[in-house]
Amino acid sequence: MTQTQTELPARMVIGFLQRWTVFIACVIVWQVVTGLVQDPYFPTPVAIVETMYDLWFSGPASHLFLTDLAVDNILPSLGRLLSGWAVGGVLGIGFGIAFGRSRVALDYVEPLISFGRALPAVALLPVFLVLFKLGTPVQLATIVFGVVWPVLLNTIHGAQSVDQVQVETARAFGLPRMRWIFGIVLPAALPKIFSGLRISLSLSLVLMVISELVGATDGIGYQFQVAMQGFDLTIIWAWIVLLGILGNLLNWIFLGFERWVLAWHRGARPDEE
Amino acid sequence: MLDVTNLRHTFGSGASAHTAIDGVSFRVERGELVCIVGPSGCGKSTLLRAVAGLITPTEGEISLHGQRVLGTVPDDLAVVFQDYSRSLYPWLTAGGNVELPLRHRPLSSAQRRERVRDALSAVGLDGAAKRHPWQLSGGMQQRVAIARALACRPLLLLMDEPFASVDAQTRFELEDLLLEVCREHESTVLLVTHDIDESVYLGDRVLVLTSSPATLVADLPVGLPARRHQITTRASEEFVSLRAEVARVLQAGGHADRSGVTDPEVAQRWLRSEAQEAAAPTNRYLRGP
Repeated sequence: MTQTQTELPARMVIGFLQRWTVFIACVIVWQVVTGLVQDPYFPTPVAIVETMYDLWFSGPASHLFLTDLAVDNILPSLGRLLSGWAVGGVLGIGFGIAFGRSRVALDYVEPLISFGRALPAVALLPVFLVLFKLGTPVQLATIVFGVVWPVLLNTIHGAQSVDQVQVETARAFGLPRMRWIFGIVLPAALPKIFSGLRISLSLSLVLMVISELVGATDGIGYQFQVAMQGFDLTIIWAWIVLLGILGNLLNWIFLGFERWVLAWHRGARPDEE
Repeated sequence: MLDVTNLRHTFGSGASAHTAIDGVSFRVERGELVCIVGPSGCGKSTLLRAVAGLITPTEGEISLHGQRVLGTVPDDLAVVFQDYSRSLYPWLTAGGNVELPLRHRPLSSAQRRERVRDALSAVGLDGAAKRHPWQLSGGMQQRVAIARALACRPLLLLMDEPFASVDAQTRFELEDLLLEVCREHESTVLLVTHDIDESVYLGDRVLVLTSSPATLVADLPVGLPARRHQITTRASEEFVSLRAEVARVLQAGGHADRSGVTDPEVAQRWLRSEAQEAAAPTNRYLRGP
């Protein structure tokens, strides 16, 4: 025990270095190379960070130092991403549980599902643009359509894989229908549902940017368009770095949440990790 | 209390049809612990599942307390399966597992908590309510499954090879635990096992089933005292002669089935040699020739 305690800080430092050395080295190399070459298409990381600060964090203290640009674009984008993901997730889980537990229903809808999942959500953008004009409904429709499939398929698979003994135990104890669905099927399918939700989360970031590139009047994707028209590559790079940070942050938060919800699963099946 | 009349069950149809149970009738009285013993795969689990209402038998009648059971799970029934690692829900704690079947019963949450606590303490798991099944040993997990069944205060407790997946030491402990809690709760139990010794040790009566299709070949009352002891009971004359009797019936039934021996003299010779061997502590009669 004492040994672990004394070693813990050292192990943390080593772990941090192992994880980040290559990343930091790459940034340094990039800084050195771009500093030497002075190519306007490839600004230095330092310049990008300066631009990021100027663009978003030089605001008044009353706005938590956020600029209007940040508030008016990053927040709507995040809102669309998260609400689209949530709606797609709820739809996918709901229908997935139903189809996963009803062989007959699944037989009817299976061709529809395999057709729908094969369609790139981006291909439907023109349809959504005509339907909803510019704005949030376009982004929501695109994200929901894109993220529903991984969640749906994973949930179906999870709901189908409830152990036969668990099924019979629930029947033998006469569990009512609602408790059977929410108390047994849903938790049994949760590990699969979470892997679907994780795929969907990164997918919704992509779909958010793409749909805003063509169909929005604000948001991160829209700002790409603005910066592109102004030929300001440092600003474009700043938004790119922001997307990278957002993607990592969302994934990181999601993993923490998953770890917390599925603690029982990691304990029950430690060899699967 | 439980009446099974002329039960038949056939899986599939046509040429691939397989009759698992063929005309089984018996009765279990209130407060009895009845063991069904038979070789592995003889259809005894199918019989139990039919009684539990998990499958609808092809023919025959099952009634529990006068209420017909045919493919619908009767109320006031609890089942303990062999595979505790799969019948306990890993996302629930031990206490949560025990509580689950109580949650749709008309009980206040205080009553429910009390029942969970009582059931867990009856199986000797007082401190384990907040632990998850995977944090418990196999024997403890099966105790949780037994506690879950007991907490329902079932009219009839069905047990499908409940101790077949634990080690010998734990098995003895759990057998004694079952006898003790059954005495306390005055439970009625129908227990399926492939182990002759276990059936005699636990049962008030032993029903002997022969191989597929299952037919009932003997209904033997167990004349052992109500309080049993793993060492002295198993060494007693009554126990030894009973287990020999069960083994003999199983062997004779299985033998006649397979080779069509019906000659009484041949059968007698079989029985004699089996009786001598049966005194040795082994279950090999069940594996068949």
